[in-house]
Amino acid sequence: MNGISVETAQRRLPSGLFAELPFRWLTFGAAMLVMAMLGSMLVVLTIDSSPALGKFGLNFLVSSTWNPVTEIFGAAAPIAGTLITALIAMVVGTPVALGVAIFLNEICPHRLSGPLAVAIELLAAVPSIIYGMWGLFVLAPLLGAHVYPALIALLGPIPVIGALFQGPPFGIGMLTAGLILAVMVLPFIASVARQVLSTVPPMLREAAYGVGATTWEVARYVLIPYCRRGLIGGVMLGLGRALGETMAVTFVIGNAHRISASLLQPGTTISATLANEFTEANGDLYVSSLVSLGLILFAVTFGVLLCARFLLAQADRRAAL
Amino acid sequence: MKAAPDPRLITRRRLFNRLMLSLCVGAAALSLGVLAFILWELVLRGVGALSLATFTASTPPPGSKGGLANAILGSLAMTGAAIVVAAPVGVLTGTWLAEYARRSKLAAAVRFLNDTLLSAPSIIIGLFVYALMVLPMGHFSGWAGAVALALIAVPVIVRTTEDMLVLVPDQLREAAVALGVPYWQVIMRVTWRAALKGIGTGVLLAVARISGETAPLLFTALNNQFLTVDMNGPMPSLPVAIFQFAMSPYRDWQQLAWAGALVISASVLMLNIVARTMAARGDR
Repeated sequence: MNGISVETAQRRLPSGLFAELPFRWLTFGAAMLVMAMLGSMLVVLTIDSSPALGKFGLNFLVSSTWNPVTEIFGAAAPIAGTLITALIAMVVGTPVALGVAIFLNEICPHRLSGPLAVAIELLAAVPSIIYGMWGLFVLAPLLGAHVYPALIALLGPIPVIGALFQGPPFGIGMLTAGLILAVMVLPFIASVARQVLSTVPPMLREAAYGVGATTWEVARYVLIPYCRRGLIGGVMLGLGRALGETMAVTFVIGNAHRISASLLQPGTTISATLANEFTEANGDLYVSSLVSLGLILFAVTFGVLLCARFLLAQADRRAAL
Repeated sequence: MKAAPDPRLITRRRLFNRLMLSLCVGAAALSLGVLAFILWELVLRGVGALSLATFTASTPPPGSKGGLANAILGSLAMTGAAIVVAAPVGVLTGTWLAEYARRSKLAAAVRFLNDTLLSAPSIIIGLFVYALMVLPMGHFSGWAGAVALALIAVPVIVRTTEDMLVLVPDQLREAAVALGVPYWQVIMRVTWRAALKGIGTGVLLAVARISGETAPLLFTALNNQFLTVDMNGPMPSLPVAIFQFAMSPYRDWQQLAWAGALVISASVLMLNIVARTMAARGDR
């Protein structure tokens, strides 16, 4: 293309035009403010968590004692709870989300897939506190009365796996929290998966159908391997969300500071501990320990998101080629 | 030459195909079923608990009748204040990314940090604002709640603004520049106007997102039993009131929580649908 491009026009114009520079600096300032927000978040959390981390050191990560009275705090129980519930959410949510994406892109009639995709994305728009209430008043009683007793009877006697399904079926607990999280991350993973699946070049699909592959074989051996990176990126985005989700979990986790092998027992997560205890915490060490929990959560989700963005960016680059 | 394919193998592949595809259909049916189940319970329990008093009376002590008027007002005030701050910051940042910085390294950094902020756990944002505002001020306040909500809204607006501005064809900018229009006026009169609907969608989605947020308000705005517009003091909000009432053992409080849940879901879903239709119209 000939003539003046936008870039050269930007460079030529500013001199003598009174509002150009101020406007430019205004937008630049806003961008720097956004950067500063994240930076100061990290700084403030680090400063406020230093008393607890300084006192307990690495012990903070491995000790599961959480005693506000004697002021001895260890984060093992909330960290374990966070990881376990997020793991359950991913194990349950990922296959379902992939199934939804394959259904919407490969099976469903074209006219239906748009509205259905919107419906599933609305699932993501529902505020998390609604999931929490639904979990507490509807799902937990349902699971506690009908599903968990059967699980305990069926799987409880089996060695090793049986340890995961022990104890009275309260209804609230790690498994219920994990299941609610699965419902919450499902629309995120499904919508990313749908986007990356639609970047597969039509020739690949046609070639696979041409040699006689079934729809499932096309999905399993062509589509999924082709957009593996993008799919993993989507799953990591979901994981980031599952790790940090607060309200949905707080309702159904039971807030018990202990690590039990059984998934049916109450536990706690970092976010649920913060939501339940922060406003009632007194004493600098207690508050500082809670902030440390927050810092750990921030670091973990940041790492997960970093991986997700990296993988998704690579998938994008590949789609652009 | 290869022998003809084994018919049993073909049957097996077909059956397996059918099984896996049914599982995919099942997954979709399950997800939609869960959405329907949640909405059904919400409407069923919410409508019964909803009355005029829900919108006119303040939150009651346990055992007496009341409503959620103060919580609704508090939510509106804090959401409004948050958006008034977040919208300009977000739109200007998105504009800088799309119009001035484009492919610079600094822009890539801002984009990345913005995406991180976009998916940072909202409770951490509450924690940050607590340390930043509540501790120095010495008390919980509506302003702190509004700042926490603004921190959640900004990245949403930045993202959509940039995405929408990038969609505006460069020829429009070049045409305006060729007429001798200063670049800042090109942005205000041409690109912003061309992307107006998309930017509006982003702001609406941000409103929808923050009006349902509970976690960042727990340690910033706290809660309050009275009707107040004093942003300097603790302020009630609909999500926090729902949290408090739903976790309580009192039946009337739980009823009110369901009414509040219905109000909040209905408004959030409405906002989402309006934003989506607006975006769809903008595409055409």
